[in-house]
Order: sequence, then structure tokens, then C-alpha cells
Amino acid sequence: MTDSNKASSGNGTGNGNGKDYKWVGTRAVRPDGVDKVTGRAKFGADLHLPNMLVGKVLRSPHAHAHIRSIDTSAAEALSGVKAVITRDDFSDQPKGAVQPAGEMTINYRDMVRNVMAREKALYEGHAIAAVAAVDARIATKALSLIKVDFEVLPHVIDPVAAMEDGAPIIQEDLIADGMEQSPGSMTNIAKRVEFGHGDVAVGFAEADVVIEREFTTQPVHQGYIEPHACVASMTEDGQGELWLSTQGHYVARGHCATLLGLDVSKLRVQASEIGGGFGGKTVVYLEPLALALSRKACQPVKMAMTREEVFRATGPTSGAHLWVKVGVTNDGRITAADAVLKYQAGAFPGSPVAQGAQCAFAPYELNHVRTIGYDILVNRPKVAAYRAPGAPIAEYATESVMDEIAEAIGMDPLEFRLKNAPKQGSQSSYGPKFPAIGCIETLEAARDHDHYQTPLKSGQGRGVATGYWFNIGGQTSATLNLSEDGSVALVLGTVDVGGTRASLAMMAAEQLGIDLDKVRPMIGDTSALGYNMLTGGSRVTFAGGIAVVGAAQDLIGTLKERAAKFWDIPVDDVEWADGEARATNGYTDNMQPLPLQEIAKDMAKTGGPIVGAHSINAQGAGPSFGTHVVDVDVDRETGRVWVTRYTVVQDAGKAIHPSYVEGQYQGGAVQGIGWALNEEYIYDDNGRLENAGFLDYRVPVCSDVPMIDTVIVEVPNPTHPYGVRGVGETPIVPPMAAISNAVADALGIRFTDLPMSPPRVLAAIKAGNGDVTTAN
Amino acid sequence: MAKYHITTRINGDDVEFLCAPEQTLLDVLRDDLRLTGSKEGCASGDCGACSVTIDGRLVCSCLVLAAEVGGQEIETIEGMADGDRLHPLQQKFLDFAALQCGVCTPGFLVAAKALLDHNPNPSETEVRYWLAGNLCRCTGYDKIVRAVLDTAAEIRN
Repeated sequence: MTDSNKASSGNGTGNGNGKDYKWVGTRAVRPDGVDKVTGRAKFGADLHLPNMLVGKVLRSPHAHAHIRSIDTSAAEALSGVKAVITRDDFSDQPKGAVQPAGEMTINYRDMVRNVMAREKALYEGHAIAAVAAVDARIATKALSLIKVDFEVLPHVIDPVAAMEDGAPIIQEDLIADGMEQSPGSMTNIAKRVEFGHGDVAVGFAEADVVIEREFTTQPVHQGYIEPHACVASMTEDGQGELWLSTQGHYVARGHCATLLGLDVSKLRVQASEIGGGFGGKTVVYLEPLALALSRKACQPVKMAMTREEVFRATGPTSGAHLWVKVGVTNDGRITAADAVLKYQAGAFPGSPVAQGAQCAFAPYELNHVRTIGYDILVNRPKVAAYRAPGAPIAEYATESVMDEIAEAIGMDPLEFRLKNAPKQGSQSSYGPKFPAIGCIETLEAARDHDHYQTPLKSGQGRGVATGYWFNIGGQTSATLNLSEDGSVALVLGTVDVGGTRASLAMMAAEQLGIDLDKVRPMIGDTSALGYNMLTGGSRVTFAGGIAVVGAAQDLIGTLKERAAKFWDIPVDDVEWADGEARATNGYTDNMQPLPLQEIAKDMAKTGGPIVGAHSINAQGAGPSFGTHVVDVDVDRETGRVWVTRYTVVQDAGKAIHPSYVEGQYQGGAVQGIGWALNEEYIYDDNGRLENAGFLDYRVPVCSDVPMIDTVIVEVPNPTHPYGVRGVGETPIVPPMAAISNAVADALGIRFTDLPMSPPRVLAAIKAGNGDVTTAN
Repeated sequence: MAKYHITTRINGDDVEFLCAPEQTLLDVLRDDLRLTGSKEGCASGDCGACSVTIDGRLVCSCLVLAAEVGGQEIETIEGMADGDRLHPLQQKFLDFAALQCGVCTPGFLVAAKALLDHNPNPSETEVRYWLAGNLCRCTGYDKIVRAVLDTAAEIRN
């Protein structure tokens, strides 16, 4: 079906790998597939309820402004308007109300200000008020009747400018974390972090060659095709229901209940099908507003963003200024690596700079390494997670310098990486020792791949880069409910963004020894299961897999008890195999095996309903390395970079459903191509976004890219029953550096600013270097 | 404000609806006729998630005013399968795992069907340029292009 070559690590030590499976490792059709190819699948905006209102948001036209007053009286008086809300409809949250959520941290005092501006509007597009009306036309009319008295303030968009003395201060009460701050002073630096070990000064003194470079990247949006949408319904007794497009309905429930002052369990939340998230749907924007409007109107309220609202008001990931210095010996050993990363957080603290600093040099075993990161406020939307948040930005810079330094000492870039690669037991650049990892296996598979071995055509360039991401586990619940005919309902609480219902059902069928067709997976609402952390951190097939295998084992335990009861033998003398209970230890001859459907049919007689359940806080996520190989052609007349061949090599631990693993590799690579070549936010002098649409914010289209070849390396993660590592995020880490390195190979020009868009590339070709800044 | 009374055909059925002058075909399909398979990703003709055909011509329904479609033949994703038989493109998208989140999928299928109706033997480059008006952020397009090429080969045989 695809060009993928299955690479085997040859490391058969992990649990599960090397065995023959009936379902695991196959390319089964996904259980939600027919709904999605027929238009039946219900996404966020597809729900219609009786008596439903339409909600719309009034947004700030200013990048930074005091809100002196808001007059909603004319809007409220308009016929058909059922509710109007402002900052006055949300209680303030206490300072220090912080909790971890996925790969990011949630601060509710910031969140209540982000969903609805309080003292100030902090970015263009910041919500100021919202209305619910009987139709969209009246809601829009009502917004035009709201009078807001703004006092426009100076704003700052660039993170380096925001760090300077005298810069406009975005949060007057900000206390810088990890820095000395003189009493009474104000700053836009929210946090300083530092990671590393050894002494970089000592390391640089040992180096034969040292290279030091500065880079910039621009904010890029996750670009999910489905805008944020929800339907909220609150009743007179304070109970509520929420339907929304989200990566985590339990997490959304917690956020909304906190912001509205509700008991968490009074809010029942159902995740719709999600039309892409990539980290951007881990937070709430419209949902608390829809609930507040519904609470006032006592009618259901639907809200959906326009694409323009998505760009102006929801999280992109950070843009950044980056400084990297690396020293090597002439024989290719890295002696020291140092980096300073300055990430835009948007208008509230919380850029992924710490993750970027941790991942920056992770593909290397180093004696002397340091990474310093700064989290910087600017008058832009608060950043949200975006696929391996922070890592692609940092590793773009570090992998560019690694490529240049390998070239400087005349060494093949993959051999250079192999010479410095970490393995199990190596101390990572950010502290902990690595568990079983597949960095070396991945690099070797890339080196030996036909792509890397094939000579380039004249004028083309080839680049490589390696990327690293941690992956996470986290709280997960799953239930298997046995039906009376022996089929099984698998209830999951983890939103399926790309085929995890298939992979989790496959693991359940494998464990139970039954046909995949007999397992129907579905995503339950928040009342159906215990807590589930959101879909993020590439965690679902890993943590969900452990939960599903645990639930299957729990179910099998009960099935064996029922068979023992039926046969009147000790349960220890019953085993489960191939979907049936079998008597062992001398009872074998007398007892016919009991298939699952027989036990199910008689479950009333043997003790009643049979359920398998498992709830965990999964630990031991397997980190993942990937190496990308990319060939480019550069059009010397237009500056356009064409990617002509692309290969992703990545360690999956174990691919439960290879097609969806490949899909993650391919999708991440193409998002990376957009990040490298086209995508950026362009602001005018007033701090207003100039390209808030898909025409001017150009994500890759079908004709921009080639086929994306994939190689699935499988170095098992010993903490997962089948050896799974997360696969979703690592694929977006290497592309920017790999493409930049390929462009350097083609043109002899090293770019240090993203995106390498045609005007920038053309200007660099004309100037003869990559250090070109465009007006932005 | 007075509404327009429109009589048209959608997926082979006669349909009547009332619409305001500013309502798009997409608005009416989704909000009034509850044919929510066509998606709104941008409302500006840039993403293709709302793709339908009108008299066989592929359009973004967000760029068509509902009041304009009287007397025409509209095909949406809801009309693509024949009873319980999926269209070969739909089956091939499943077999090739050519979707992840699936929100762009209806638009891709409608656009791909329009391509194969015009050109039963497209090259990879022709598939890529025909589908360049449909954005997918999940798949990197690889499996979509393969599914379309393989469907074309299967139909030809």
C-alpha cells in the first residue's frame, strides 16, 4: 500500500515484539471510518438542538488597550437577543491557581482573562463581550451595538523588543520566575530556565572548531481545518451539558467548571469528532462563554469561530530568537553545546521554552552542555501547544549548527550524529539518563536508506536532521462492557484525533483473542468513565493501550471465574486463549472449552453483568527519535524551494496500526514543510494581524509536496505491553532544519530565519547570503 | 427581510427552501437542510471542506449564494454512496487510511470524484493540482493521492 520499508531494530528484548499477532501490526479499517467518508461524523459545529441560540464574540480591534467601560444596554434591548456577557459575568480567579494540563501549564487567573478581557485588551482579537441571539444575523447586529471605551496603549510584538528597558509592560503584576527582579520593577520576562551539565567553557576550550549562530522563527498556527465550535446547555437548576471539539473533554470540563464556579460533576461533557487539534484544542476559548450565555438565557447556545477568529484569537506556537554555539574536535566529537532561547509567550506566560531547552541537544551525548530559555510576553494571542511544543523551534537552530559544523570538519552529517548519539544509560542533555531509545537505530536506518544512498541531480540539495520528543503517559481509564452475544463495547475517554479507536480496539481484540469486528470502540462522555487526561503528548496509544490491556485482563479474570463456576473447578485451573476459557491441570479431558459468547449468554446465571475496567496514571512513556532526509530544488528566478523527495525515519517502539503511524510521520513532515517554507504571522505597525486567513497564511497544499516515504523503526518501549512509543509529535521536530540544511546544500547559503519563503530566498540569492531580514 | 423561495435538486431529490439574500449554499445545506457533511473551514473558498458539485461543476459551497441555485443539480457528500454501497473512492480512502481527523474528507471525496468524472486516468501531478484547493492538515496528502490514483486504476479496469 505504501512505499514504507519496515525496519526492524533487531532488538527483540522488549515485551511483545517479535511475536506473531492476529491484530496488532495489521492495517485494519478504522471503526469510525464509514461515518467519516459519508459525511455522517458529527464535528463541533454539526450539532443542532431544539430552541438553540447562536453566540458570537466581540473582539478587541487593538493590540493593547485599557477597557474603561463596556455598555451593553443597546445590544440587550435588541429584539431576539437573549443574553449578553462581559468580564462582569466571570469571577476572578486567585493568584497561583496553577495546574498541569498535558504538556502545558494552566493558570486560571490568566485563563479567565484570556477567555474574556478584564482590565485590558492584550492582543488584537481578545474577547471583550459575547451575545446569544435567535439567529446569527441578530447576534452580529447586537455586537455592533456594544459600546466599548478603550484607552489605547503602546504595544510590543517582538520578543527582543519586549525584553528591553522601557518596553510597554503587558502584565503589570508579573513576577519573573527564575530570575532576580528588583523590587517594584516591571518586566515582560515571565520565566528563565536553565538545563545542562558539565562546564561549557571547559568544553569549548577542548574544541578544534567552534560555530556560533543566531536564528529567528515566526509564530505558526496549528492550522486545524475545523474551527473551534461548541454547543452549551445550562438548565435552571445549575446543571449543564457541553458538546465541543476538543482534545480532552475531561480537561475542558475542569476548566469550564472552574471558570463558571460549577461542581465539576454537574457538567456533562461530550467530545465531538475533532477536526484536527495538534495541541491547539487543549485549551478553552468559546466554551466558558457559551456556558455563561446559556446560563443567562436558559437555552442551548452554539458558538463557532470563523477562520479569521481562529487566527486572531487562538494559540499559535511561539516565534523565537535563538542563539546556538557548538564546539567539536577535528575527528567529530562534540566538546560543548550552548544555547539561549527566547520564546514569545503571547500576552500571558506559558511558552514552551522549557521543553525547547530540554530537547535542544537531546540527540547528542554531551559532557558539557547548557541551554537557557526565556518566556517573554508580547501583545499577541497566548500561545497554545503545537505538536512537540517548543522542540521544533529549538532543534531547528541546533540541528542547523550541527549540520554546518559537520560540513566544516568534512564529516558526513549522519556519521557525525552517529558518533555523538545517545543510547540507553546516556545522560540526556537535560538531566535524566535515557531509558531504552532508538536514536542510533534510526540514524543507521536513515544512512542505509535508498534515499540517502541515491545521488542528487544537478542543482539539488540534500539535508538531514534529527529530532527528539519525550512523549508522556498520564491518567487514563478504559472499560470493556461484555454484551450478551459476546461482542464487546470498548469505552474510551481519550479523544481520537487520528485513528486511536482503531489501535486501542486492536489491542483489546488481541488480548481477548476475538475478532476485531466484535469490539466496538467509542468515546464516552465525562460521566461514562473515570478521569482521562487529554489527547496530547503522543500519549493515547501508549497510555490508552496500557489501560485497555489492563481492562482486557480484568475482563478475562472475570470470564475465567465464570468458567470455573460453570465447571465447578478452581479458577487457577482455567486459562484464557483464543477467545475461550480452557480447563487445565487434569480437567482438560472432561471440559469442553467455553467460548466468550457462551459465557456471555449465560452471564445472568453465573453472577450477572461482566465488565473489565482499568484506571491508571501511566508512567514510562518511551522517548522517540526521528531522522528526516530531504531533497530540494530551488528555483533561482523566484526563490521558491521545491521539496522533491522526503523520507521520515522514526522509532515507533511498536506500530500497532502501521498506516496510522505512517500517517503521523507524513503529516508532521508536511506541517514542517509549511513551517520551513511559508507559514508566518505578519503584523502591521498597530499590532494587527495582516494575514488572518488561509489565502495569506499559506499552509502546504497537495501540489506543494511530494510523496512522503516512511521507515518505521521498532525499538520496543519495555514499559508498554506491546512496546509502544508515542509517534505523533516527533515528526514535526526535524523538518525545518532538514530543509534548511538541504537549501544550504543546494545554494551554498545558510538561512537563519524562518520561513524560507520565496521573497527571502530570492533576496538571499541576490545578496549571496542567508542573513536577510524582511520588513516584519 | 423577505426571503427567497428556491426550488432545486440535491442528491437526486427535489428540494425547496427559503433563504435570506446573504445566506450561502453552505449555510442552507448545513443550518436549514441539516446536510452537515459539507464543512465550513474558512468561508472564503480557501480550504475546500465545503466542496459540492453544481451541475457537475466542482465549487466551494461557501462561495455560492443559496439564492442562485434554483433549478440546478447539487451533489454533496451525503449523495456519494449508493444505498449501502460505498463509492469506490470512499472505500479506497478507508483501505488506504487516507484520513486522520476526517473533517476535510468529505470535500476531498467530492473533489476527487469530480476529477475522476472528468479525467479517468489522471497522473499524480494532475491529482495533486486538482486537489490543491482542498486543505488537509493531518495526512500530508500522501495516502489521499495514492487512494485517488488507485481508485482511478480500479475503475478503469
